Amino acid sequence: MSSPEIDALTQALARLPGLGPRSARRAVLHLLQRRDTALVPLLRALESVQERMVHCSICGNVDTIDPCGICADPRRDGRALCVVEDVADLWALEKSRLFPGRFHVLGGRLSALDGVRPEDLAIAPLVQRVAAGGIDEVVLAMNATLEGQTTAHYIAERLESYPVRLTQLAHGVPVGGELDYLDEGTLAQALRARRPIG
Amino acid sequence: MTSLTATAIVCSVRPHGEHGAIVRMLTAEAGLLPGYVQGGRSTRMRPVLIPGNIVRGAFRARTADQLASLSVELEHSRGPLLSEPLPAAAIDWTCAFTAASLPEGHPYPALYSAMSAVLDAVEAAPAARGWAVALVRYELLVLAELGFGLDLSECAVTGARAELVYVSPRSGRAVSEAGAGLHKARLLRLPPFLTEGGEAAWDDILLGFALTGHFIERDLVDPRRAEMLAARERLIERLKRAVA
Repeated sequence: MSSPEIDALTQALARLPGLGPRSARRAVLHLLQRRDTALVPLLRALESVQERMVHCSICGNVDTIDPCGICADPRRDGRALCVVEDVADLWALEKSRLFPGRFHVLGGRLSALDGVRPEDLAIAPLVQRVAAGGIDEVVLAMNATLEGQTTAHYIAERLESYPVRLTQLAHGVPVGGELDYLDEGTLAQALRARRPIG
Repeated sequence: MTSLTATAIVCSVRPHGEHGAIVRMLTAEAGLLPGYVQGGRSTRMRPVLIPGNIVRGAFRARTADQLASLSVELEHSRGPLLSEPLPAAAIDWTCAFTAASLPEGHPYPALYSAMSAVLDAVEAAPAARGWAVALVRYELLVLAELGFGLDLSECAVTGARAELVYVSPRSGRAVSEAGAGLHKARLLRLPPFLTEGGEAAWDDILLGFALTGHFIERDLVDPRRAEMLAARERLIERLKRAVA
């Protein structure tokens, strides 16, 4: 048996992705047993993020400053813009440190069943950014799903009148993947996107 | 225990929990069926669970009312079409329309055949005209199967069976040129390929979409889900741009 406060904390943690009731209880116990080294730093970090978290007014990223660290970084290549569906996609790409340009977060994808329309996404601000000039390439890094690709095609249509190079992430055999285990759709995409070697 | 193993067309995939997905698939035997796919969002299952794909689905549930657990094996992938704007838009609308319109668990073998034919045409036809006619006919068939069919057999005013060129937007019945009288402006145009068959010009195909669109919006789409029609509008806009 635990107090209502501890129960409330457990329930709050259990609602987080990746945690269920059992793992939330373990996390709470860990926090309570390590009050100074775990609970207090976590509390401070949560308070700090809660007070300072903002959505970047330029790209839609989540950060504690506006413009965000990526948009404010002068070392970034402002001529290349990578369009992603969600902040999680931005973070995944950023973690790889492979893209030197800036980002634009749409905040979702077009979905017929969920009733998500272009007006519901940050497509108009994207068009404004491109129309403002200074961008040579727009990389459409949407997920390889029906909705992601529908969104990419829509954005490509909206941007086709601007003098920018529109590119898309490659689809095909994943690194470390074995052909024997791939579905025919992925194999077809990979064959279609084959390129000369050497 | 109820179980069904059947070839099916994936119509919609919704994430459920962290790793699973609730998938709605159209089967010939039992119509639109939902099922829970454990690990449906895994890297292995994602390419399989793309709307438009043909799969072998095994549904298992303890009772008929219970959401079935579903295991899926890919039979044919339409994933490569996602990189092409028009086919992707057509698959998107066809699958979303089917998933949102049909009640679950009612067999519609004619709709299964028609949807298969539309998706096959989208895949095989070198140009959109090859499948756009099939899509208009599919929308008409969905309307008919759900009890909102249009009566295109004779003129609602004169009873004539020839020169049917309009449809009443209220009754859904055909109207001939002579029967239209002074009400032409208020009637929907009926393209000849819907009554006489044969080849269809682009203008006629777009008239067909306008005709079915009116009745889909009025009779099939829940007002709370009216945004769904935006996908159809995007498809039609894309078709117009392709022929312009």
